[in-house]
Amino acid sequence: MIIAEPKPIQEVAEYIKEYHKVLVVGCGGCTSVCLSGGETEADILATSLRILRKKEGQKLETVVTTATRQCEPEFIDGLKELVDEAEAVISLGCGVGVQFLAERFQEKWVLPALNTILAGGTVQPGQWEERCGLCGDCQLHLTGGICPVIRCAKSIQNGPCGGSQNGVCEISTEMPCAWQLIYEKLTVLNRLDLMLAYRPAKDWSKERSGGPRKMKREDAAL
Amino acid sequence: MKSCSGLEKVLTEGRFAVTAEIGPPKHASAEKIIEYAKMLKGWVDAVNITDNQTAIVRLSSIAAGVHLYNNGVEPVIQVTCRDRNRIAMQSDLMGAYSLGMCNVLCLSGDHQKFGNHPQAKNVYDVDSIQLIDMVRGMRDDKKFQCGEDIKEHQPKYFIGAVANPFADPFEFRVLRLEKKINAGADFIQTQSIFDMNRFEKFMNMVRQRGLHKKVHILAGVTPLKSARAARFIQKNVAGMIVPDEVIERMEKVEDQKGEGIKIATEQIQQLKKIEGVAGVHIMAINWEDMVPEIVEKAGLKNY
Repeated sequence: MIIAEPKPIQEVAEYIKEYHKVLVVGCGGCTSVCLSGGETEADILATSLRILRKKEGQKLETVVTTATRQCEPEFIDGLKELVDEAEAVISLGCGVGVQFLAERFQEKWVLPALNTILAGGTVQPGQWEERCGLCGDCQLHLTGGICPVIRCAKSIQNGPCGGSQNGVCEISTEMPCAWQLIYEKLTVLNRLDLMLAYRPAKDWSKERSGGPRKMKREDAAL
Repeated sequence: MKSCSGLEKVLTEGRFAVTAEIGPPKHASAEKIIEYAKMLKGWVDAVNITDNQTAIVRLSSIAAGVHLYNNGVEPVIQVTCRDRNRIAMQSDLMGAYSLGMCNVLCLSGDHQKFGNHPQAKNVYDVDSIQLIDMVRGMRDDKKFQCGEDIKEHQPKYFIGAVANPFADPFEFRVLRLEKKINAGADFIQTQSIFDMNRFEKFMNMVRQRGLHKKVHILAGVTPLKSARAARFIQKNVAGMIVPDEVIERMEKVEDQKGEGIKIATEQIQQLKKIEGVAGVHIMAINWEDMVPEIVEKAGLKNY
């Protein structure tokens, strides 16, 4: 899923300083699961913003709602009335959610309350880690299911580089070297031959270097 | 001869090669580089110039190489994968060749986190092995990386790569060296050697696979300035091993600088005896002016 973290509250307060009535929209999708942008977090954000404004001796009116998923038009169409009544909208969706709201409601400022950081999963309660670099050309069948594109700090295809020591990456002793992990996994699988084979330069045109990407499915079209 | 390199000639003839390393300045004057060129001329076979090492912005490797070249010293230009994509790299490689550069050292480069612009975006379009393959392809296959022909005036580089016997997983290091050789590496510079036992083990594996016959290996030597500096490297520099014995030896003496030079000299003499070591690469970091003395004391001046 997409993992996002809350922006500092002061930063969000600054975005809306000239408005007196804002709509705060939580998201029931990924950002809800990673405890950053669900119903509860939307409520807390709205309350915090009101308190901050009150401390400045001014008033802020907030309306809070949560869309099932901000990344689907059918779930945000219904927000129209609430959006119309507000001067600005704060989204607790990921970057996709913010943009879907902004596209749908052309005349409104839609402001982000979160920083979208990674595509990953829950490694333990309260801890999420990056696992996919969305490169558009999955090579996990060659690396024992460990992605060097996103888990190696240099996205090296023929690793590990000379900075791998004692199992950790040169950039942090907290970070396992992805290629060390690949080496161990392929050793267990008795497929070290995969690491000996030269991996040619990657075709990055399938990731964001090729411009914004699209996926189409005729069978899902109306 | 595959290239226009004098270093290739020395190595092909089986002479024990000596190369040194200099880091370009953090300003736009060539004065210091020219000074180094004058100092090193006649003492070493080639001088390797780092490409923004530890991700700190410095005068460019290629420009520094041209200053060396113009002052009678053969340069080895470093190209890292951190700052340029395949388009810029190939362009720079041709440009550098047109300016007289014949040796290139291909490496992935230190992560920008270590440098003075940790906010920078890194590139890593290709990795070091893919870079080696690209330079070899330009020379031997007469093709750009994309497969398009280089119809004339192909750059003919003598291709260097690095190997780190002190990184992990240790058993894989020799296999990765082999990948680099297969991709097109003609010569290898190793990481600075302080742990001679581990290096001997590494070379043993190199010989078992016959790799020393396929590539010229230059063993990395770094003179230690002080016990404190040695301790710092031991604790803080990823991919290096400094054994306690070396540090203890430095600590025992008054003249630590002198001891550092002595250790380096002894190391060179030991390295010279190891089968498969074709030369030494002296990396006297911020201490480049000691190179002639080390070369002389190690008995390597044969000009």
